[in-house]
Amino acid sequence: MDRERFQERPQGTDVTSASTNDIEFRSVAKRYGSVTAVSDINLTVPKGAFVALLGPSGCGKTTCLRMIGGFEQPSEGMVYIGGQPMNGVPAYRRPVNMVFQQYALFPHLDVEQNVAYGLKQMRPRIPAAEITRRAQEALEMVRLGGFGKRRIHEMSGGQQQRVALARAIVNKPKVLLLDEPLAALDKKLRTAMQIELQSLQRELGITFVLVTHDQEEALSMSDFVCVMSTGRIVQIGPPQEIYDRPASLFVADFVGKTNRIAGTIEPGAGAVLLANGVGLAKPARANGTAGPVMVALRPEAISLVRDGSAALRGTVTHRIFLGSSVEYSVEVEGLGDFLVTADRRSLNDGDLAVPGERIGLSFDPNAMHVFPA
Amino acid sequence: MRVFISSVYLFLYAPIVLVVLFSFNAGRNASEFTGFSLAWYGKALGNTFLVSALQNSLIIAFTSATLAAVFGTMAALGMERLGSRMRALFDALFAAAIVVPGVVIGIATLVALVAVFSFVNPTIAALWPGDQPPQLGLGYGSIIAAHGLFSMALVTMIVKARIASLGRDIVEASGDLYATPLTTFRLILLPQILPSILAGFLLAFTFSFDDFIIAFFVAGSKTTLPIYVFASIRRGVTPEINAIATLVLAASLLLILTARVLMREKKSKSGE
Repeated sequence: MDRERFQERPQGTDVTSASTNDIEFRSVAKRYGSVTAVSDINLTVPKGAFVALLGPSGCGKTTCLRMIGGFEQPSEGMVYIGGQPMNGVPAYRRPVNMVFQQYALFPHLDVEQNVAYGLKQMRPRIPAAEITRRAQEALEMVRLGGFGKRRIHEMSGGQQQRVALARAIVNKPKVLLLDEPLAALDKKLRTAMQIELQSLQRELGITFVLVTHDQEEALSMSDFVCVMSTGRIVQIGPPQEIYDRPASLFVADFVGKTNRIAGTIEPGAGAVLLANGVGLAKPARANGTAGPVMVALRPEAISLVRDGSAALRGTVTHRIFLGSSVEYSVEVEGLGDFLVTADRRSLNDGDLAVPGERIGLSFDPNAMHVFPA
Repeated sequence: MRVFISSVYLFLYAPIVLVVLFSFNAGRNASEFTGFSLAWYGKALGNTFLVSALQNSLIIAFTSATLAAVFGTMAALGMERLGSRMRALFDALFAAAIVVPGVVIGIATLVALVAVFSFVNPTIAALWPGDQPPQLGLGYGSIIAAHGLFSMALVTMIVKARIASLGRDIVEASGDLYATPLTTFRLILLPQILPSILAGFLLAFTFSFDDFIIAFFVAGSKTTLPIYVFASIRRGVTPEINAIATLVLAASLLLILTARVLMREKKSKSGE
């Protein structure tokens, strides 16, 4: 997929060919009275992409989703779907469908009637036989064939989730909106549904927009992740890029686990001086940064060594055994606690460090992400 | 403690039980039971004054409850769209309407109606081309208006609670699935709130049917059943009154029980 098309559009840039983009936000802001929910949102989503809006609660991701769905209208800027301006167009005239967080199934209708609801509203009318056939098809697709006559309250949470999904995809929308659709499921079911959603998206070729606060979900399912914070987009990119090259300390912190180390960079110097006085080679990416900085370092980028060559040394305080990996908490004097994740295979045959042990922390300086503090 | 509670219930219900019991009394004496008989029921239903009062009450109760159900539901739906501050204000006003004593509502309604009539009637008379201008006065209309207005608050509270328990989700989902607001109301909202509207209707009906105080002020020359009972009490309690009271009691209990069942059924269904 062409990443260029996806990137945040600088303000004032003119339209590219609208037909290749399913969703476009141009300088969108949403205010409720004096409260600004989102502002300065510029975003284009190409046809057939799976994009995740990721952020903590209150970051405005749901507001953005609701503006695509037509449940909210932007206070400023324009929202386009399939190249058509959507401002002022109510939800029932938009070619998008949503899977609601609490599913929002109609309790007085049976499963099939729920799924057929959208088709029945379409004008010109669809023949009843075709509505039934397509509803059945959609139910098969979410592996609920034969459940059509069940009442909603007779279905389990996971099944209701799939009914909600079938009710949305049966209409063949341009865009499918998913509002934390897996939040109410237990972990096993959630993983299964993640895979199911991904293959469904490839099968249908529909653009998916997923809202989630779960970074793992966003990274594992989507082609592109749009990280949001306090009503703004802070980074857009493929999952790997978001994880490996976070644009800010916030992204580094929110996506995955991160060690934060305070330090300074003297202007023109080639080293980062950490708060405990240890100097480390400045990573190539940090060129141009000077003054007080915050260094972000992934736990898996650090390895524990016993030979004394490491620049940082500390004491193991906790060890958490996670099966395939081991998490250590290592206290380094002057810098605080470090989280270190060690793959079990990298340790010589169960040669685990023990709490209380003095140990060295070794890492490639280029693994450090340096941000102005 | 047990004795205390028992005596509370005894004082509450013994008179009612006695009324029911003595409505089946063969004799005329209210202090001794001389044998089972339905004679007083027959006599009550043969009394043309009583039957016409009963008719009046039924017409007024049905009309005012219907109006209350329609307008109360509309108010409840409309209040959904208000901002939180305005909604709190209207909530308080509706609650106040239910708390205000009947006497006050009765007097206030009477004063308001008389003031309106004294302004409207001369105006109509002045504009009327014929000899006999229509006169607005107390009667069916005024009782229905007073009852309907009061019960509307009742219906609004009940329907509003139901709408609140539904949440915005299914309404939005229906809109998301291409249904216009009117279709959403017809296919999604109405089936969900219908039991609460019916429950509100039944409570409104019961209220109007039983109400004496408000009706007494605004009835004019019309006689409703409670007004008839009140008037005939002054000529002494007869077993005929007992029979009427028993009928009213049975009808009211039936309606209220139906309303409760309607409200509870929906609550347990939505609570799964």
